[in-house]
Amino acid sequence: MKRSFDLKAFALENIPLIGLIVLMAAVSLYSPNFLSVDNLLNILRQTSINAIIAMGMTFVILTAGIDLSVGSILAFAGAVCASMIAADTPLMVALLTTLVIGGALGAASGTIVAYFGVQAFIATLVGMTMVRGLVLVYTDGRPISTGNFDVANSFYEVGGGYVAGIPIPVIIAGFVFLICWYVLNNTRIGRYVYAIGGNEQVAQLAGVNVARVKVIVYAISGALAALAGIILTARLESAQPTAGLAYELDAIAAVVLGGTSLAGGRGRITGTLIGALIIGVLNNALNIMDVSSYYQMIAKGAVILLAVVLDGRSKTTSK
Amino acid sequence: MTALLELHAVDKAFGAVRVLRGVDFTVEPGRVVALAGENGAGKSTLMKIITGIYRRDAGSMLYRGQDMQFTTARQSMDAGIAMIHQELNLLPALSVGENIFLGREPVDRTGRIQWSEIDREARYWLAQLKQDIDPRTETGRLSIAQQQMVEIARALSMNAEVIIMDEPTDSLTDVETKILFDVVGQLKADGKGLVFISHRLGEIFQMCDDVAILRDGNMVHQGPVAEIDEDTLIRHMVGRELSDQYPFVPAKPSDVRLKVENLVAKGVRKMSFEARAGEVVGFAGLVGAGRTELGKAIYGANPVRSGRVEIDGVEMQLRSPRDGVLAGIGYVTEDRKLEGLIQSHGLRRNMSLTGLFRFTGRSGHIDKRAEREEITEYINAFSIKTHGIDAIVSQLSGGNQQKVSIAKSLVPQPRILILDEPTRGVDVGAKREIYTLINELKAQGLCILLMSSDMPELLGISDRILVMSNGLLTGSFDRDEADQETIMRCTVAGLTEGTVE
Repeated sequence: MKRSFDLKAFALENIPLIGLIVLMAAVSLYSPNFLSVDNLLNILRQTSINAIIAMGMTFVILTAGIDLSVGSILAFAGAVCASMIAADTPLMVALLTTLVIGGALGAASGTIVAYFGVQAFIATLVGMTMVRGLVLVYTDGRPISTGNFDVANSFYEVGGGYVAGIPIPVIIAGFVFLICWYVLNNTRIGRYVYAIGGNEQVAQLAGVNVARVKVIVYAISGALAALAGIILTARLESAQPTAGLAYELDAIAAVVLGGTSLAGGRGRITGTLIGALIIGVLNNALNIMDVSSYYQMIAKGAVILLAVVLDGRSKTTSK
Repeated sequence: MTALLELHAVDKAFGAVRVLRGVDFTVEPGRVVALAGENGAGKSTLMKIITGIYRRDAGSMLYRGQDMQFTTARQSMDAGIAMIHQELNLLPALSVGENIFLGREPVDRTGRIQWSEIDREARYWLAQLKQDIDPRTETGRLSIAQQQMVEIARALSMNAEVIIMDEPTDSLTDVETKILFDVVGQLKADGKGLVFISHRLGEIFQMCDDVAILRDGNMVHQGPVAEIDEDTLIRHMVGRELSDQYPFVPAKPSDVRLKVENLVAKGVRKMSFEARAGEVVGFAGLVGAGRTELGKAIYGANPVRSGRVEIDGVEMQLRSPRDGVLAGIGYVTEDRKLEGLIQSHGLRRNMSLTGLFRFTGRSGHIDKRAEREEITEYINAFSIKTHGIDAIVSQLSGGNQQKVSIAKSLVPQPRILILDEPTRGVDVGAKREIYTLINELKAQGLCILLMSSDMPELLGISDRILVMSNGLLTGSFDRDEADQETIMRCTVAGLTEGTVE
């Protein structure tokens, strides 16, 4: 059976993408500069950190969970990484150690959720608070400089460098996207993630090791938050104790904008990428238009609300 | 005598699909009318038109002689039409009394809820149903059967003139069903009109006065029950002869596949039995006898406290459903919606969930082509009616969902298949398809444990029948020596010996 192209179905399926295109078209009318290569690369680079966190968040939300601890893990990972760089640790060792620490912190939240039956919101709220405290203890509330060793210079490349004209953070985000897409769509664990969010009891009775998958999912989220922390620290050339404050909210917004259901079991990683881009484009456009940062937050909130309402409506009417 | 409710030439279409075509339907005071028909015949749609959830496209509805068009369920309820839904519509966190009066709590002038009145009224209606339930109990703590009784109490407390019951006995035990029938008799005597929807044909003949039969949106028959027999009823429902509802193929005796010795688990006090490859062992018992719990314990979903489980002579220690799957056990739950299928996901994802390892290597990469081929094979072999491999499960009929559920447990290629109420909520035609399927699986050498509360079904397709009561084995019969009465006696035999914790 050959299916003819159904424009309406395609539109309903891809509301986030259409939203992004409409938004970009509208901004480009206002400011021709917006579509310049430089500005677009700029948007991509600014988006990459949120996109990376949001992709980890997608895994968690697909299992019907939530991860509020990503901002704190980002800050802690950044601080640990900065101090390792300052101590002349080989770059790869420092990066891998940081990722492992992020993954372990995430796995700790995951363990509390999966094995102690604490609700994800509470477990990761506790994680968020405690890890932020850990950051303040570790940094003593002051920024950590990355030092003057040679390794620091190669470290800065991670945040500020380019390969073939493309910012390295964008390339990293692109890789993360490809891996996440593959895992969610083509592997057993990806299927299990959707199944658990769809109906945990069904998954359990079908022989899925639900608890283990949950731990893995939070570990992924933690590790990706740590990766974002590395990029941010490399970009700023120092680790800030207040880094990543409220980043979890932007990440959740990107996931929801991308059409993933907070109830779990339904959503796509492509949507999350688009959601992150919508937020990035919006930030950039509001700057270009010289909107004061106070009004920017109001505008951002309004756009997210609009997008989610539209998406929700399309889903109920298409049934 | 004038009719209480009279529908004439009612049409309803969803898009291009005509669900009801010129349907006439009458509810008379003091009579129970059974509404029969296969899944998808239009029964639910008709009821939803009566209760104002849907609007009819054409036709008329007279309620107590007046032309009516309800636009919300609330309007029909206020007018005196109550519906008892098949799926429980109770809020588990609220008390029984709060549920009974939800949305119409008695209040005084300041808006304060009159708890004492709720309490008194709820107690009264529960007593009518011979239920000793404290109205202040949290509803979620009650058994499913008790919750069904609360639902019925709610409908009664509305003092409705017309009461529609959609599969009310599905989750009730025989004792409770009898109570319900008594209550229905009383309501009849009070001049209420009742509509009774059930897949259990026996109940239609037992308690209904009239029967109305829907097929493909047409009302093919309405008349007194006394003037129709079961065969005619089924013929009207399916539109063809159903030669034999229980096609039975004798088992070929084979080796013992499953050996259970002194098994103790939640709800199971002590069970020992054997089951052979290529036979269907039926489990009879009342609701709560421990059959579901036994199945779950064997599968690994409930912890085994003591005793042995042997498969093909090897002792098994199954601590999770995952262990059960890997040991070669397929499990089909009685609760399709909550435990069986992910309702919002497609066929493919549901069907391959349990046996996903068959399409993946060590890396976890899914061979999607192999998966698609196998799933398609099952869809064809089980004649699952769907418009595609990724069709959302919740949009399939009950029978098709059940087939998906069975296929799902077969994908891992089990040696033992545990079927818990495999035909619950499934129409007559699909039931027969499932029986044929069970026979085929038996012929392939599967060892099948069949838990069912449908006695004719159990007698019809089992090679042997074991009876459980109160967590104990109280009877064991070969196919030839089993009859309904003897089994019934065994189902209550264990009740005197204390209770399961």
